[in-house]
Amino acid sequence: MKIRWHVALVAAGLAVAAGAAAATRAPVPAGSIATILPPAPGVKVANVAAFSMDRVPVSNGDYARFVAAHPEWRRDRAPRVFADGGYLQHWASATSPAPGTAQQPVTRVSWFAASAYCEAQGARLPRWYEWERVSAADRTRADARSDPAWRQRILDWYARPAGGPLPDVGRGEPNYFGIRDVHGLVWEWVEDLGSMMVSGDNREQGDPDLKKFCGSGALSLEQKDNYAMLMRIATLSSMQASYTSTTMGFRCAK
Amino acid sequence: MILAALMTCSLAAFAADGDPPASLYHLQAKLIDQAGVAHGLDVYRGHPVLVTMFYGSCQATCPMIIDTLRVTERALTPAQRAELRVLMISFDPRRDTPAALHAIAGERRIDGARWTLAHADEATVRNVAALLNLQYRRLPSGEFSHSTVISLLSARGEIEASTAALGHADPALLAALRD
Repeated sequence: MKIRWHVALVAAGLAVAAGAAAATRAPVPAGSIATILPPAPGVKVANVAAFSMDRVPVSNGDYARFVAAHPEWRRDRAPRVFADGGYLQHWASATSPAPGTAQQPVTRVSWFAASAYCEAQGARLPRWYEWERVSAADRTRADARSDPAWRQRILDWYARPAGGPLPDVGRGEPNYFGIRDVHGLVWEWVEDLGSMMVSGDNREQGDPDLKKFCGSGALSLEQKDNYAMLMRIATLSSMQASYTSTTMGFRCAK
Repeated sequence: MILAALMTCSLAAFAADGDPPASLYHLQAKLIDQAGVAHGLDVYRGHPVLVTMFYGSCQATCPMIIDTLRVTERALTPAQRAELRVLMISFDPRRDTPAALHAIAGERRIDGARWTLAHADEATVRNVAALLNLQYRRLPSGEFSHSTVISLLSARGEIEASTAALGHADPALLAALRD
């Protein structure tokens, strides 16, 4: 009897440990996604290796712990080359979010700052195709994108007037992968931000009219009726890596 | 192994030295030049530097990038040219090894005293491209699709001018160089 108790306690301990790990990141199995950003001319499917992704976006409280451990990322110390003048300007001080906002998603963080946060967790920002795979899911389906009702629900979020406090992270229902707030809370940085507006066709790169490739990515986009994803790409591609925005947050992946 | 990972391009920690807030030299990057020597991004600290990114197996744009850098140099006085440095960082860590870059430098008769062709790890490539606001993507073929940006850095690593022009010296870049 005593031994059995012991086994039960160990098992319970393991379950708690597994629960703690599971609480932060959800595993996403390898798979493919019919992508809105073709990897190459004539290639419409992107293969995504297995990875794990934070179940919820990074909160102000999470980010405050990072800043405490890495004071070079305080808003009064981070060089402007990595984060513009809006960096964490909504916080009460260089080290503390405004009272009552610890559970809200952190915003006004640059791509460099978000990358540094994830690096400090032994992780990285999600890549676009990873993000696209996760964002295609609804509660019960890995890819719900062909469902007009699902698309409409996302578009309704964009149509909602901005302003007012952001909801706390984790309020959204978990999707098929157990990941929350993919839609409806904030925009999110991706690791390969610098690839968003490049055409998948390198024959175009000698064309002087394309110059910095402005618009060439958009010209080769698939699923032109998927406005929600087009808006996300448009938002990301309007951001440089040092920019911050009141609606741009992030989460990490591994 | 862990130490090696920590020593590559890191954003979690950067030098809080006296560089200006807009200096690219805040980035702790790890470059290896065509002679196999390791450097930071500030390999040419103290000099004006034309910095750009390329990849060695590129057939079209990249030879033009070298030509454009040369045309720009030639438009300067010998004294200005002697002061100027050129840093070309490869997008392609897999194929552009220091040995491969050494071969390119030989083929293109690159002046190793003033020009560096640099190998960089993936994280450094991503961060430098972000600092230069340069777009690139590895294609399934192993080629890269990328925008072209040539930036002029000050002695302390601030971007003073940038151009997307290829094939001729950009007048705005030249004006900044002659300042």
